[in-house]
Amino acid sequence: MDATVQTIEAMERPPVTMASRLEGELLEVSMGPQHPSTHGVFRMNVALEGEIVRKLKPVFGYLHRNHEQIGEHTSYLGSMPYTDRLDYFCSMSNNWAYALSVEKLAGIEVPERAEYLRVILAELTRLQNHASLLGFLLSDMGAWGTPLMYAFREREKILDLFESLAGSRMMCDYMRFGGCRLDASDEWLARAKQIVDRFPEFLDEFEELILGNEIVIGRTQNVGKLSAELAISAGITGPMLRASGVNYDVRKVDAYGFYPRFKFRIPLGNHGDTYDRLMMRALEMRESVGILKQAFAQIQPGPIVNPKVKVRAFRPPAGEAYGRIEAPKGELGFYLISDGGPNPYRYRVRPPSFINLTVLEDLCLGHTVADVMVILGSVDIVMGEVDR
Amino acid sequence: MIGTGILKGMAVTARNFVGSYFDKERLITIQYPEERNPLPENYRNFPFLIYDGDDPHAGLRCVACKICEKECPPQCIYIVKSDDKKPDYMGKPQFYPKVFDIDISVCMSCQICVEVCPFEAIKMDKEFELSKRERFDALLSRKEELSKSNDYYHKIHPLEAAAVDKNLADAAAVAEAKKKAAAEAAAKAAAAKAAATKPPPVGDAASVPGKPTPSSQQ
Repeated sequence: MDATVQTIEAMERPPVTMASRLEGELLEVSMGPQHPSTHGVFRMNVALEGEIVRKLKPVFGYLHRNHEQIGEHTSYLGSMPYTDRLDYFCSMSNNWAYALSVEKLAGIEVPERAEYLRVILAELTRLQNHASLLGFLLSDMGAWGTPLMYAFREREKILDLFESLAGSRMMCDYMRFGGCRLDASDEWLARAKQIVDRFPEFLDEFEELILGNEIVIGRTQNVGKLSAELAISAGITGPMLRASGVNYDVRKVDAYGFYPRFKFRIPLGNHGDTYDRLMMRALEMRESVGILKQAFAQIQPGPIVNPKVKVRAFRPPAGEAYGRIEAPKGELGFYLISDGGPNPYRYRVRPPSFINLTVLEDLCLGHTVADVMVILGSVDIVMGEVDR
Repeated sequence: MIGTGILKGMAVTARNFVGSYFDKERLITIQYPEERNPLPENYRNFPFLIYDGDDPHAGLRCVACKICEKECPPQCIYIVKSDDKKPDYMGKPQFYPKVFDIDISVCMSCQICVEVCPFEAIKMDKEFELSKRERFDALLSRKEELSKSNDYYHKIHPLEAAAVDKNLADAAAVAEAKKKAAAEAAAKAAAAKAAATKPPPVGDAASVPGKPTPSSQQ
């Protein structure tokens, strides 16, 4: 059609998008997990040539809740329950990261038993996060139901532990500055130990179910390769970075908490593809079981909270602090600036899944639309943390 | 051979399917609401106010100090202090809340109000089936709905309630002892006054019951 002639038919058409105008044959599709019960509400503008992805633009922000601004207007303690809602799968790790940065800011000591409890809860969180991630990834691939339900069955056992200790399955709000809120009874520790001891059985069964499966191998191997150079320059952390063969784990690098007291290895991938990222979770769960067994053997009775920390009118001295931990999804950090007042002057979250998502386009280019979902699943995102 | 991985996976599925008839561990769901999991002792949902004895007004522990209103992160508590005073559990005249509202559609069950309350007046409830047909203020709980007896608290959190009662009794005993000591000191001072012209200073009898330590709550 001649571009200079304006027919009525042409005027009634929807406006031509940028991608299709510049590249002719490309078809722009809006896709993404839309239901809140999947990964969250997220949109990808994908430019397709046939079925091949030529361009991908992630669109965030549908779940933006002003987390950082709220943090600057509530007390230090008041931000603790909000951190549960960042990555709602791993509220215990979020609590720990926030407590760690405030403890750094105010120079607070943590009693020994509380440190052990924190390690136990963070590793239990890692177990349930990785288990449910494997289920979600399989469900993204089309294996609806079965693997996800098996993973959720195990996850529910750990969430029951959280509920009986902290009062809530997912919004635990358990840690406090200088310790933890409630003490774990011997009965609770025995039950947790029993669940952890039986966890490898589930891992064996789950690996038998999926990791040898030819369809899973066909869908994941050589899909979404991430080179070590790109991973480092993009600031990727967590299992995704280690799947590319970079040996970086904040538990080893920073040695926060009582992690230097435990013997564990860091699994590393070789190819950086989706299969390696999947395997990385399975291997990390085995290491976490090892850490948990050592922690259950070492934990001693004692106080769980530093009595010097005030619950009300808590004012850390002026200064700044950055506390970071190895959350199940990567490096989770809280950056705080205090001006000596009751609430932080600046409160900033470094969310692992947001930064891991920045390489999504590089991973997806040249793959089919069906692979995009698998790659997105293997990045392990939770939109509560991405959008904050 | 291609296909063995799939067959192995199928065997796992079959094992779980058949196993679920014999092993309860393999079951994933329960048939709510006919079947229910028991709630753990520490389970928390939304806050409520405690009163001692039978009368929700006379026994209400809350003294309208507004600390919870100030500390509540989502600001879901609204309190209006009374003009007159009523005696609290130790017989001391205290204010009471004329209005005490909690908007449980805003509340996020963080338990910070419970932690900051110096009077053990607000605790977490366990009731979770709270859906309402009305759209607007049905989830705004007034003082009358929030007030629940100490017996109810004992029923839902037996261990914690026992620890709280012990703490309150200890605090009352300490206050009683202090009062006695103050009275003795006053008597002594009066005696001393009779002897000399300058009386010695008298200790303050006012006291607030202390918070239980977290370890004693467990």
